Amino acid sequence: MNAAVIVFPGSNCERDVRVALRRGMGREPLMIWHGESELPALDLIVVPGGFSYGDYLRSGAMAAHSPIMREVVTRARAGTPTLGICNGFQILTEAGLLPGVLMRNASLKFVCRTVCLRVENGFSAFTHHYDDDEVIRVPIAHHDGNYHVGDDTLAELRDNDLVAFRYCDAAGASTDAANPNGSRDNIAGVFNRERNVLGLMPHPERLADAALGGTDGARLFDGLFAALSA
Amino acid sequence: MTAPAVTRELIAEHGLDADEAALMVEILGRAPNLTELGIFSVMWSEHCSYKSSKKWLRTLPTEAPWVIRGPGENAGIVDIGDRQAAVFKMESHNHPSFIEPYQGAATGVGGILRDVFTMGARPIANLNALRFGAPAHTKTRHLVAGVVAGVGGYGNCVGVPTVGGECGFHASYDGNIVVNAMTVGVVDRDRIHYARASGPGNVVIYLGAKTGRDGIHGATMASAEFGDEVEAKRPTVQVGDPFTEKLLLEACLELMATDAVVAIQDMGAAGLTSSAFEMASRGGLGIEIDLDQVPVRETAMSAYEIMLSESQERMLMVLRPDREATARAIFAKWALDFAVIGRVTDSGRMAVRKDGMLAADLPIAPLAATAPEYDRPWTPTAPPPPAPDVPPPAHIGAALARLMASPELSAKRWVWEQYDHMVMADTVQAPGGDAAVVRVHGTNKGLALTTDCTPRYCAADPLQGGRQAVAEAWRNLTAVGARPLAITDCLNFGSPERPEIMGQFVGAIAGMAEACRALDFPVVSGNVSFYNETSGRAVQPTPTIGGVGLIEELGWMTRLALDEEGLELILIGAARGHLGASLYLRELHGIEAGPPPPVDLGEERRHGDLARDLIRRGRVRACHDVSDGGLLVAVAEMALAGGIGVTLAAPAIEAAPHAIWFGEDQGRYVLAIEESEVAAVLAACREAGVTACRLGTSGGNYLTLDGHDTISWTDLRQAHEGWLPAYMATSGRGAARN
Repeated sequence: MNAAVIVFPGSNCERDVRVALRRGMGREPLMIWHGESELPALDLIVVPGGFSYGDYLRSGAMAAHSPIMREVVTRARAGTPTLGICNGFQILTEAGLLPGVLMRNASLKFVCRTVCLRVENGFSAFTHHYDDDEVIRVPIAHHDGNYHVGDDTLAELRDNDLVAFRYCDAAGASTDAANPNGSRDNIAGVFNRERNVLGLMPHPERLADAALGGTDGARLFDGLFAALSA
Repeated sequence: MTAPAVTRELIAEHGLDADEAALMVEILGRAPNLTELGIFSVMWSEHCSYKSSKKWLRTLPTEAPWVIRGPGENAGIVDIGDRQAAVFKMESHNHPSFIEPYQGAATGVGGILRDVFTMGARPIANLNALRFGAPAHTKTRHLVAGVVAGVGGYGNCVGVPTVGGECGFHASYDGNIVVNAMTVGVVDRDRIHYARASGPGNVVIYLGAKTGRDGIHGATMASAEFGDEVEAKRPTVQVGDPFTEKLLLEACLELMATDAVVAIQDMGAAGLTSSAFEMASRGGLGIEIDLDQVPVRETAMSAYEIMLSESQERMLMVLRPDREATARAIFAKWALDFAVIGRVTDSGRMAVRKDGMLAADLPIAPLAATAPEYDRPWTPTAPPPPAPDVPPPAHIGAALARLMASPELSAKRWVWEQYDHMVMADTVQAPGGDAAVVRVHGTNKGLALTTDCTPRYCAADPLQGGRQAVAEAWRNLTAVGARPLAITDCLNFGSPERPEIMGQFVGAIAGMAEACRALDFPVVSGNVSFYNETSGRAVQPTPTIGGVGLIEELGWMTRLALDEEGLELILIGAARGHLGASLYLRELHGIEAGPPPPVDLGEERRHGDLARDLIRRGRVRACHDVSDGGLLVAVAEMALAGGIGVTLAAPAIEAAPHAIWFGEDQGRYVLAIEESEVAAVLAACREAGVTACRLGTSGGNYLTLDGHDTISWTDLRQAHEGWLPAYMATSGRGAARN
């Protein structure tokens, strides 16, 4: 299995994702600098978290127009599994690969904590190692994670089962209190229609190691490895 | 544009007194021009020269077999095994943070990060110690919000986890807050870089962001007390750009992985002046700088402005001449300015050119060697009279809840959830414990990190307070199972020109030095911040201690959470019921009086060594040191962290229950152990000559004292977690805008 991690100036979770991929795949992913314009044959593309180009404009807006993203969009549209985490999710929405927009958190503050997520759809290369409706623990760390979509798009997401994860409480209920950033319908992660692109605000790579207090995140990477190396 | 003539008034405005002015003329052999005056002024400012503190700082122990580099460089360095080293330092950014809290705090974080990565180390953790004014003060809420957002805004973007620190409140900080930022990095021992220029002819390179007019005279501002015209100083606060810092960090580390760099120094306080001067001075050489080559972002900047600008995210570097192309390519990749601005010489002088003219020409060694040093008059702090007796509370549980909800003890989750404390995926013990623990990447060892100080003790008795600050840092590292290695200190005091303030400083240093010696816990880096006073009102003396310890095997690490039923609690150390200078008196009775609890350093050492030994032998399920608020608060914190109740029996001593439960006797730990271990652990304590007793058992949903007095831990949690978010959410908005 060949995976690539896209690195922008200001990315800061590329090493964390690299470690999680290495643990799952047993080999190093390629690290691709933003100025590149071509990609080798790949089974997986990961756009990691951070503050690409400082995110002084709208988060992810600059990165979406970088040379490498043209190629990422082409590959993703052609079916290559593509994962965007946190800033990566923001970049994939800005690049038009995923619907919706990530606005400033409703609290207006940066928030870093481990939250509960309910797995809404276990039928994808990303989520098949989770059960439907399973509650998992994954950390978040963002200032702009307030997912917003219009009514029509929300209906489309629901009707086509494209919501991957929702914020919930420990019992699995998607309450307002369990929503850390004001996201519409408690949405934490979404697929594109073909389900080969997943964007999520939480960081599965940060709970993929028992020493860090949990391994729920590791199952996403293990699942990818199982699905893509077959 | 003609520079103003250097008059006596102008010299005074630059903060130099008559003696210093005379010395300046003697060194130059002539009157200075404006640029030279500016350079002398910043180099001899309290902030850069440590002129009032040097005499006393020399008395601190700085050596141990594991110390690689003590004070005098950008940061201190200790050996952590496997040919790796930890690099760390703490610095104050008090004055700018009061004037402009977001940028002040943010650039404080940026500066300390640069101090660490300039040595070749990758920063792996940030901590910060914050002291604000009384919650009721009109500015406090605004300052808390701004400082916390600034610390987070910078560290989160750079991608270094902020893993710990402190946050306290007291009216003495109403006019001067304390913002101390600490960074810890890790470097391979053969990749350590120093700021010592060598090789006359080597080129001097300017790296990073462009130079603007921001922050001119920041160092001088930090060397004067505030009057009523604080707002007018806003233009001297620098503006941070964490994105550029991140690029600078990556570019520097990439370059320092090669053998291209001879010397490197960040441009911090006093900017280009101090970095160029210090690199040349440490190497015993000279330096030539052509200011026309310095990347600037504003037009028509004078030599004076370029030399004194404190624009952020800049570095000065001496390169091997044959490696210039390598370096240029790396900096081009990261889209950072890279300019050859001068060269190292053997002249022993700093020569600065602008527009083809000599703008400044100063001898380096005389300026460094004759930097003023004062033996300022000081009066020892008088020992405080005993604290008055207070009546016992009607209900110990209710008193506990009030104490746990006080600003000082309340949960600081509201603060640390705004910091990314998990990025880099090595945070094995997050904020909220005795010490944070960060794994050394790719290994199974960890660094334990803490910041500590109890200013009310230091105010009552600086000697005991100095001892206690060091001892508490040592204790917090011990409580997670770490072997304490060394400290960095950040000494925040009022004006050194007042003998009573100097007396506090002298006392605190003496106490720190004693504790460092007794605990083999030397000082490897530090910073002094004087003039933390407004209109003659000084902050409580605040010698913040940043401690670093090593856990060679992460399997040894303990936490404070009591998360299992049926564990036995053991108190190590004697309960003596000392209520003087306690939080209990302050928060429940409004009494700030009495001597602080004495720190017996021999006892401290014995107790800590025993606790650590028990932890490392795997006999301890949870451990917490006893500090602010005393024994019952320590147990309550363990119960809350684990979500389990406890049934307790008071240690059998002759004292009132509130003194037993809330007295702040030092050198103590609460251990949670399996019942089957009790006899063996108590025997080990006896053998080591350490007082210990059984305290109680975990289980249920209540804290129960001596069989009757109870409080549910959910009520306690509400009280403990509720205060800060409620305080930050309520009213005061108008005040913040004013």
